[in-house]
Amino acid sequence: MDIEADRIATPAANRADTVGGTSIYRHRLPVRAMHWINVVCMTILLGSGLNIFNAHPTLYWGNDSVTGTPWLSIRGENSAQGPVGKTRLGSTDFDTTGVLGVSTVNGQSSARGFPSWATIPGPQWLAMARHWHLFFAWLFVVNGVLYLLYTIFSKHLVRDLVPTREELKNIGRSIVDHIKFKHPTGAAATRYNVLQSLTYLIVIFVLLPLIVFCGMALSPRIDTVFTGWVDLLGGRQSARSLHFLAAAGLLLFVFIHVFEVIVAGVWNEMRSMITGWYKVPADPAADKASR
Amino acid sequence: MSKTYTLMRAKQRDRRHLLRGAVAAAGAAMLTGCDRLSNNASFVAVLKSAENLSHAAGRIVAPQSAMAQEFSQADVAPAFRGNGTLDPGDADYVALRNAGFAGYKLTVGGLVDKPAEYTLEQLKAMPARTQITRHDCVEGWSCIGKWKGVQLSAILDQVQPKPEAKFVLFRCYDSMDGPSLDGHDSRYYESIDLEEARHAQTILAYDLNDKTLPIINGAPLRCRVERQLGYKQAKYIRAIELVESFAQVRGGKGGYWEDEGYEWYGGI
Repeated sequence: MDIEADRIATPAANRADTVGGTSIYRHRLPVRAMHWINVVCMTILLGSGLNIFNAHPTLYWGNDSVTGTPWLSIRGENSAQGPVGKTRLGSTDFDTTGVLGVSTVNGQSSARGFPSWATIPGPQWLAMARHWHLFFAWLFVVNGVLYLLYTIFSKHLVRDLVPTREELKNIGRSIVDHIKFKHPTGAAATRYNVLQSLTYLIVIFVLLPLIVFCGMALSPRIDTVFTGWVDLLGGRQSARSLHFLAAAGLLLFVFIHVFEVIVAGVWNEMRSMITGWYKVPADPAADKASR
Repeated sequence: MSKTYTLMRAKQRDRRHLLRGAVAAAGAAMLTGCDRLSNNASFVAVLKSAENLSHAAGRIVAPQSAMAQEFSQADVAPAFRGNGTLDPGDADYVALRNAGFAGYKLTVGGLVDKPAEYTLEQLKAMPARTQITRHDCVEGWSCIGKWKGVQLSAILDQVQPKPEAKFVLFRCYDSMDGPSLDGHDSRYYESIDLEEARHAQTILAYDLNDKTLPIINGAPLRCRVERQLGYKQAKYIRAIELVESFAQVRGGKGGYWEDEGYEWYGGI
């Protein structure tokens, strides 16, 4: 038996009848569409962003890159053994030859920050990388704003994303479950678990706005909206650093997100994000009781 | 039962291999696809359409009068970074430089009612504006410097642009591909619209950090367009020309780097 979409949003207590093996309509079309648009945007923004980074592969704190404090620098150097890729984090140098600083492009060892397999386009091409980045930045922001509006007006935010007090109280148990790779079954599987909701809220309300505002701070024209607003981010070079760090945070989120999808059941999860239909994993306790 | 279990595990493993292979193949195909699209003129035209959106959005959120942030003396970098051409080798420039720019004349012409020529002394005799601003290079670095020069709007008021004039074109001394022997013109050029040209902070600078503008930074005269990226700020200015369109000028994109694929609107 298929259960109505609205069922997703009802509190777990009212869903006691949701047993394993049933299919539920878990993700509505707008959420699915916006999710995949986001996947495309974030992939292209990351790749083109790394190409842009390569044009000046050093990050600083401050306003000015001459007087500011560099904290990350990726560069290629010549040594007796040939070209060496060096990554300096703080004041420590790491040999990152092959990946960062020096990597192989078309069989040729070349000096570049991030390797060509990670950048869009592959060759070092700042003008083109900017075209990709700025086009998809617009799509990403429009998609993000539509998502925010949808999530607020459809009550998806309040019903599904904001954890209940009960859920927050049981956060310890959720952490233990995650460490044991134990995934919710039955009724609980139809709702985001508390760690998941909190992560999504941090991504949606902290990381994404941060990356967008830091990106805007890099535009000299947008900087003039309110005199000195870029100083709230620590200055333009700090904004560039925070833009990079927020991207790293999002990448970390994507790794964990994809990992969880794989351990929770990749086909079921993928189906639910493509067609909307999710097969509720059987609840062993309920199974036993019905036998 | 255990046999079924083993079979199931094998099936799961196959699926996982399949999935992993598919993800890797999709990733490689995507990157190759992006490189091919980067060389497809119509696709690049779609990507570049975002420039108009950015320009329009910039004008809406930050109006024409909005001023770039000005800093204090303490923020000025000890040495202003030089980038691009650092010492033009063009014969006419070298001759001027050897004479300490004594014979320098800025010509202002094109679609104007009163074409004019200015010596450095004449420019310095006009009211000056001093501003400590942050220079943002398209590559990603920034540098704060103190600029002194004459407002471009004051020059425009004198030469009186004709109604059809829409852009201010800067013609520079430095050949980007080195001095030409065969007539190949690679001299730097740039253009901005009249709105940007008339902005209070758009100046023709002759001093940097309380000293005569150094050669690496564009001596004897360079433009400051503080709400746009570094490549818009023409150095080694030879002449200023008012035009209706820059489509017929060199690559037709309005500037040396624009002809190389960079955005004409350098506010982002």
